[in-house]
Amino acid sequence: MIVRLLGVSALVAAAAVFPAVAGAYPVKLLQEILIWGVFAMSLDLLLGYAGMVSFGHSAFFGIGGYVAALALKQSPHLLSALVLPALAAALAALVIGFFSIRVSGVYFIMLTLAFSQMFYAYAFQVAWLGAEDGIIGVPRPRLLGLDLASATVFHLYLVALIGLAALVLWRVVRSPFGHVLRGIQENEGRMEAVGYPVNRYKLLAFVIAGIVAGVAGSLYTQFVGSITPDAFFWTTSGEALLMVIIGGTGTLWGAVLGAAAFILLQSLVSSYTERWMLILGLTFVLFVLFAPGGIVGALSGRVGRRA
Amino acid sequence: MSLATPLLLIEGLTRYFGALSALDAVSLKIAPRERRAIIGPNGAGKTTLFNLITGHLAPSAGRIRFDGDPITGLPPHAVARRGISRSFQRTNLFPKLGVLENLRLAAAADGRGSYDLFGSIERYRPPLDRARAVAEAVGLLGRLDEVAGRLSYGEQRQLEVGVALATSPKLLLLDEPTAGMSPEETQRMTRMLEGLPREVTLLIIEHDMDVVSSLADRVTVLHYVEVLAEGTFDEVKADPRVYEVYLGGAG
Repeated sequence: MIVRLLGVSALVAAAAVFPAVAGAYPVKLLQEILIWGVFAMSLDLLLGYAGMVSFGHSAFFGIGGYVAALALKQSPHLLSALVLPALAAALAALVIGFFSIRVSGVYFIMLTLAFSQMFYAYAFQVAWLGAEDGIIGVPRPRLLGLDLASATVFHLYLVALIGLAALVLWRVVRSPFGHVLRGIQENEGRMEAVGYPVNRYKLLAFVIAGIVAGVAGSLYTQFVGSITPDAFFWTTSGEALLMVIIGGTGTLWGAVLGAAAFILLQSLVSSYTERWMLILGLTFVLFVLFAPGGIVGALSGRVGRRA
Repeated sequence: MSLATPLLLIEGLTRYFGALSALDAVSLKIAPRERRAIIGPNGAGKTTLFNLITGHLAPSAGRIRFDGDPITGLPPHAVARRGISRSFQRTNLFPKLGVLENLRLAAAADGRGSYDLFGSIERYRPPLDRARAVAEAVGLLGRLDEVAGRLSYGEQRQLEVGVALATSPKLLLLDEPTAGMSPEETQRMTRMLEGLPREVTLLIIEHDMDVVSSLADRVTVLHYVEVLAEGTFDEVKADPRVYEVYLGGAG
């Protein structure tokens, strides 16, 4: 426990001081990994703990990103950068979740996918969201007298927020509520039979995951300085799913490792060949076949054994 | 509540699957503290009766009252919260979770703390204490940390009953608790059920007549989706119709 705490603190500290020892490009890669890592972790709460395979998680990433873009253009403050995106994502997750959790399995996958694609179609078409160009020139917020336009300050802000989001999720999966989710994943019918109104817990998990995904989307907007309809596209959900599965489901930190593997591979391979997606697909196939526990499973010695 | 009020009152309970009748106008009265066995050949409607009581199936007709309140049509989690718990004929556990966690989840189902997002399960003592007490009652105290899926078949059946018991029910429905067990395991299970506190009213589906005779105050015989006979074990055993359709055939 103490060892783990020290390990995590060391990792956070290393991430925080990374810009002091690395160039601009590696720092950008790290920031991208951290943002996608949090997004993937929020999906892992559903996939790895509650057993809900959502293929529409991009909806909340996109909503967080767009709300942040619109709000930051009006007023570059904390409210616009974090509070409004989180609230909007929570509301969307409540509505989408309300309808989606009524079904399970493949129907849940299709329904969540359909909802996210509706957002994509809408964002792609309407002028007030910039249609296919999205919203560009989004300023970074000023927080507590700190100007996030400074690269150093922005990096620390990202590391702090992402550390906080990870801490929140880590607490949630170990809480009594997290244990209920695991029970639902293991045997939903028995949970219902012993007296749990299962759908209420699933909806709450869906909303929590949506909020964290919304914050990740907002951070992404602040990171890039713009947001496009691609944030809503199904490939955004698909990539997050790949990250969680490659990293190892039901572990949270596996999602971050998966994000790192995905983004590093993408950046590495795409500098040699246009066909980086092919390499990535192959990697994914190999992982599913030979390391079903993902990177985390492989690290803890479960290579070659099917879950 | 007066003594005359039954804990469970079932009137005219009927269920069709399409044109096929699975249960036809079954009425049943279970007194508080009673131990009642339901026997009958396969397909008589015993498990259907349980599914209707616990809300896993909706009745086509008929009424169910528990503790004086109508519970017909309530979803399973609401029925469970009222104090009716059940074990399943086919073992229905949380296979990757530990024995203690299987029991603790059931004991914590009354809601207190289950929406706590940031606390720890150790903070909620009553479910943990209840889980340990039930583990002792079902003979699994030495196996608390074992993963449920790795228990022996007999132990899994003990845990199956334990999970149902952990919710502290007023009425416990047991669907063939000794199914597939060896004679020794069956004996152990019977002793365990006999040792349950009398406050827990029992309704048990069972094929093993030794279990029925040693456990049940009264026996209801279901045959072809209807109640054929009802009485003490000896009365039912002496009934020539019962002998013909069931006991004779089973021997």
